[in-house]
Amino acid sequence: MAKIEGDIKMLKEEVKDMWLLVQSQLTKGLTSLQNFDKDLAREVVMIEKRVNSTELKIDRDCEDIFAIYCPVAVDLRFLLAVLKINTNLERMGDIAEGIANLIISTKSSFKKELLAATKVVEMYQEALEISDQILLAFENEDSATARGIFKRDEFLDEINLKANDLIIGYLKDHPDDIDQALNLLSIIRRLERIGDQAENIAEEIIFYLEAKVIRHRSRKRKTID
Amino acid sequence: MESTIIRSENFNAYFGVNHVVKNVTMEIPKNNIVAIMGPSGCGKTTFLRCINRMHELIAGATAKGKMLLHDDDVYDLNAILVRLKIGMVFQRPNPFPNLSIYDNVIAGYKLNGMKLSKDKRNDIVENSLTKAALWNEVKDSLHKKGTFLSGGQQQRLCIARAIAMEPEVLLLDEPTSALDPISTASIEQLLFELKENYTMIIVTHNMQQAGRVSDKTAFFYVGELVEYDNTKEMFTNPKDTRTQNYITGRFS
Repeated sequence: MAKIEGDIKMLKEEVKDMWLLVQSQLTKGLTSLQNFDKDLAREVVMIEKRVNSTELKIDRDCEDIFAIYCPVAVDLRFLLAVLKINTNLERMGDIAEGIANLIISTKSSFKKELLAATKVVEMYQEALEISDQILLAFENEDSATARGIFKRDEFLDEINLKANDLIIGYLKDHPDDIDQALNLLSIIRRLERIGDQAENIAEEIIFYLEAKVIRHRSRKRKTID
Repeated sequence: MESTIIRSENFNAYFGVNHVVKNVTMEIPKNNIVAIMGPSGCGKTTFLRCINRMHELIAGATAKGKMLLHDDDVYDLNAILVRLKIGMVFQRPNPFPNLSIYDNVIAGYKLNGMKLSKDKRNDIVENSLTKAALWNEVKDSLHKKGTFLSGGQQQRLCIARAIAMEPEVLLLDEPTSALDPISTASIEQLLFELKENYTMIIVTHNMQQAGRVSDKTAFFYVGELVEYDNTKEMFTNPKDTRTQNYITGRFS
């Protein structure tokens, strides 16, 4: 194996490790939301430090590979993609941390009725599955799996769009729950951004594997092209 | 508008029974720099030497197919005339050791028995050395031997010698492989500047150099032209797996 192949393989492992850290933040965040477990939410905040340091390490390793090997073709595309995926993953970590902080700052546990009405748990589960799917696409170098994200992200957008009206409607009947209702709305907004980050990552995976730039295209075209 | 200056059609070259260039068809656009890369023994230098009929100077070497300069097959033209129109610069700087810098530049005229007035000679020497970005460094020592110059300066002198004959095309066979990085950078800069007036075909083992200097890149493997495309495309998205494996260093 050429030395660059070994270094790229190691870099890929680092990205996977970072991914798993972010996944653990998201998973713990969901459990924390469902069980109103503030300790678990604090754990999510703590993990963020490791995510940040991993992000810096991946950046440095990319710089080293650029400087030492002057990579071209598939290696160049991989590194360019990793630089962006790294940023997207770090942002996903930030979002998970933001959700955790919202849970921590909420005064009383989320009402089941509110959780059910907003479909936030389903949305969270979908965001987690999207994140799993995109990791799988990266691991298996599978652009078809990456393309599958674009359709799934629509579900998150849909819930996000309906969230305002649902929350307003709920608050009319439960004005005392304003604190948790607003926090839940913020959580929904953040989950929608998880979908956006996953979509960006899918675009980078497709660029790496197929040398196609599909950014700024409609979802329909992204799925076909 | 870009037009083709050299076109090979189903071109083949042999050393005795060894078939070293196989059925190569490619077009070289005018005022472009085209890099030819490939592993040792892939036929890239042989192909280059076929373009100005240097290949046939080796005993047992033969060629088949068309090699067109504009619309004329170089194999139907006088070989000396072809080499005047298509100059060559070699891997190692090779100024004539017994000649001065001045005489090196106009050596092509002398060797071909072409008589020039003193003024004309002076003009050619100054123009060629200026184009080769060497004039300012040697204008006060034109009558010193060319071999006193540094490696990079000697190679620029060889380029000046080649362009003194006012060729249309310059063939460069690994012109910087014997030079340090500073001299290499100055030759690469020079090639870029010469592009305005000349078409250049450069054989190089240095892929980064191919990426830096050329507009188009060709990849040869076991005598075949595997892939030929714009350099940016070749280095970001090569279509053939063999090209990808070669440029990413995974070639076995």
